[in-house]
Amino acid sequence: MKVLRAIEMNRCIGCFSCMITCAAVNQQDHSIMKSAIRIKTSGGLTGKFVAIVCQACKDDVPCAEACPTGALVRRQAGGVLLDKEKCVGCERCVAACTVDAIYFDLDTKRPIVCKHCGVCARFCPHGCLRLLEEGQ
Amino acid sequence: MLYEKATKVLYIDLATGKIEIKQRTDLSIYLGGVGVASKLLDETMQPELPPLSPEQPIVLAIGAISGIYPLITKTVAMFISPLTGELGESYAGGRLALALSMAGYDAVVIRGKASRPSYIAIDGGKVEIKDARPIWGMDSDVVGQFLRDSEEGSGKRSILRIGPAGEKMVKFASVCVDTYRHFGRLGLGALMGSKLVKAVTVTGDKTTEIKDFKEYFLSYQTIFKSVTETDLMAKYHDLGTSINVESISALGALPTKNLTANHFDDAEQISGETFAEENLVRKLACTGCPVGCIHIGQFRRKFDDGYDYESVSVAYDYELIYSLGALLGISKTDEVLQLIEAVEKTGMDAISAGVALAWATESLIQGIVTEAETLLPLTYGNTENYYQALLYLSARKNAFYQALGEGTRFAGAKFGGEGFALQVAGNEIPGYHTGYANLVGLTVGARHSHLCNAGYSVDQSLKTFDENKAVNTLFDEELERCLLNSLVICLFARKLYTRETVLKALNATGYLLTDDELTTIAKRIYSMKLRLKEKLGFDPRQVKLPQRFFKTPSMNGLLESSVVERMINRYTEKCSELLAEKI
Repeated sequence: MKVLRAIEMNRCIGCFSCMITCAAVNQQDHSIMKSAIRIKTSGGLTGKFVAIVCQACKDDVPCAEACPTGALVRRQAGGVLLDKEKCVGCERCVAACTVDAIYFDLDTKRPIVCKHCGVCARFCPHGCLRLLEEGQ
Repeated sequence: MLYEKATKVLYIDLATGKIEIKQRTDLSIYLGGVGVASKLLDETMQPELPPLSPEQPIVLAIGAISGIYPLITKTVAMFISPLTGELGESYAGGRLALALSMAGYDAVVIRGKASRPSYIAIDGGKVEIKDARPIWGMDSDVVGQFLRDSEEGSGKRSILRIGPAGEKMVKFASVCVDTYRHFGRLGLGALMGSKLVKAVTVTGDKTTEIKDFKEYFLSYQTIFKSVTETDLMAKYHDLGTSINVESISALGALPTKNLTANHFDDAEQISGETFAEENLVRKLACTGCPVGCIHIGQFRRKFDDGYDYESVSVAYDYELIYSLGALLGISKTDEVLQLIEAVEKTGMDAISAGVALAWATESLIQGIVTEAETLLPLTYGNTENYYQALLYLSARKNAFYQALGEGTRFAGAKFGGEGFALQVAGNEIPGYHTGYANLVGLTVGARHSHLCNAGYSVDQSLKTFDENKAVNTLFDEELERCLLNSLVICLFARKLYTRETVLKALNATGYLLTDDELTTIAKRIYSMKLRLKEKLGFDPRQVKLPQRFFKTPSMNGLLESSVVERMINRYTEKCSELLAEKI
């Protein structure tokens, strides 16, 4: 089982292909607002790019712990999967994530959570994002 | 907007503060981008008034499928150019196209003049005209730093701003977009300055559900792969456009020292390879482009004893190395970057500024102007003086720099020296002296840019020169680019976005157009642009080309003005034929 890692962000060119494809594939939307990964600049474009994305927490998983309905199911390799049926849209997971990597979809009233599918890494032209075996 | 019938236009009146949003269902026949912008310019411009009258509009537009396919990343600006007095058209990348689409607008029309220095903040449906008095006078880069902190939308926001040159209405002042991209050419910065608009910030959080995911993603993936897995775009990513410095010089087509020569002996020292080895520190991309052609070069400058250095990073490209390098006889990469820094922070078009200084240098050598006027002993290769001269130019320091800030054509007419003022119809020339197609292309091109019809490329590709063939190729290219620019595709991807690809991309997102319909749209847009130019009093047959173009051999030898005249006449006939067509 694999997890997504942003390993070479120094090489990021800020093309946002990861966000465009994540939103399209996982949410069927053209807007980067729907992406589970976000590329941000620190200090404007002259600064470095950072990827705000699920860190695949494994043993202690703050978002899952905060979820009152058990809608965030732990993945074996790390991170969580969202069970939409159980989710009540309380946004506690959003607040619980230390790295701010859970986004709240105002259209569906459900969180957008990275499921480590790796489509973003497939469309990253500089190999900044990788889908790696757990522990690799 | 995407999947909608109407084109959403935001109208901002700076004089009254009135903000209006119109859903225009009549604009789809222009597709978007340059088509819609031309129509909106036609509706709002006032040809009888000067370009910098408060009434004159600034039109910004994106295309039907902006931001959702690779390299459909540009925004077009249309206006009356304060530099040439006729059609102003300029393109910028960065994040602006994405930000506009997320704000929910296909086009923006800005009119009037603010009562005090202002900036416009667009956040979706919330549009405000804010106080810019404390940031008036600031360099372009510093304004960006302040607005990044005071405005929302980090990561999905675009910031347009002008520097001191725009405020002083230097006629070739530029608008910086997201630090490294620009509406560079034809003086949009002066127009913003004349309206007392220091900056425009754009953001929003619009979402758009994909109608047919399978079709769309198949199309997206195919285009993405041809960008990243073929060599179509490789040169733009690897060395970037600066790859051409040495080869264009070797061909004898690189205007050097105010085009007193057609090649630069020191070209190797400022070649793309040398920049990459000495200065390149990173590459960046416009939003939605996996190529990453923006090459950032760094240099360090000692500012005091005791090992005190500052480091400066700026973006470089072929045109800048031509205008602020070879044209001024500068043969060190660090020094070219230093001059780029000066035009960046003051906010001037790099090509026009370089050409203006090259003209000033030759005028000084020939005794047409004196050092009392230039205030500096401008000589080819002296970067320190040129750096200072750029600051004087942006500040319009004295009567001489005041005149030079009106453009090289104006300065040439005022002081004498028109024969070596490197401009065509008022626009300073890009870095090519390839031959007839280039010269004719610049004259007849809608905005007198090498990007109108790529004459420089026609000269290099025609094996044996044929006047009519060259004219036809220029015309066809200009026409096709009307279509590409209506989608506002980055022209680096022009070979990628063939008709077939364009149709697939459009069809997958619900625009069920045919090849013939695209041709009709291209013709409609080109006709509209030609009519706009007519209204603004332009006739290519009246353009007076400087003698220098005919005295310094091009890569195809010495050019004769009679051939150029014949070609321009032929091209004008073709335009008349187009205008007579029922479209």
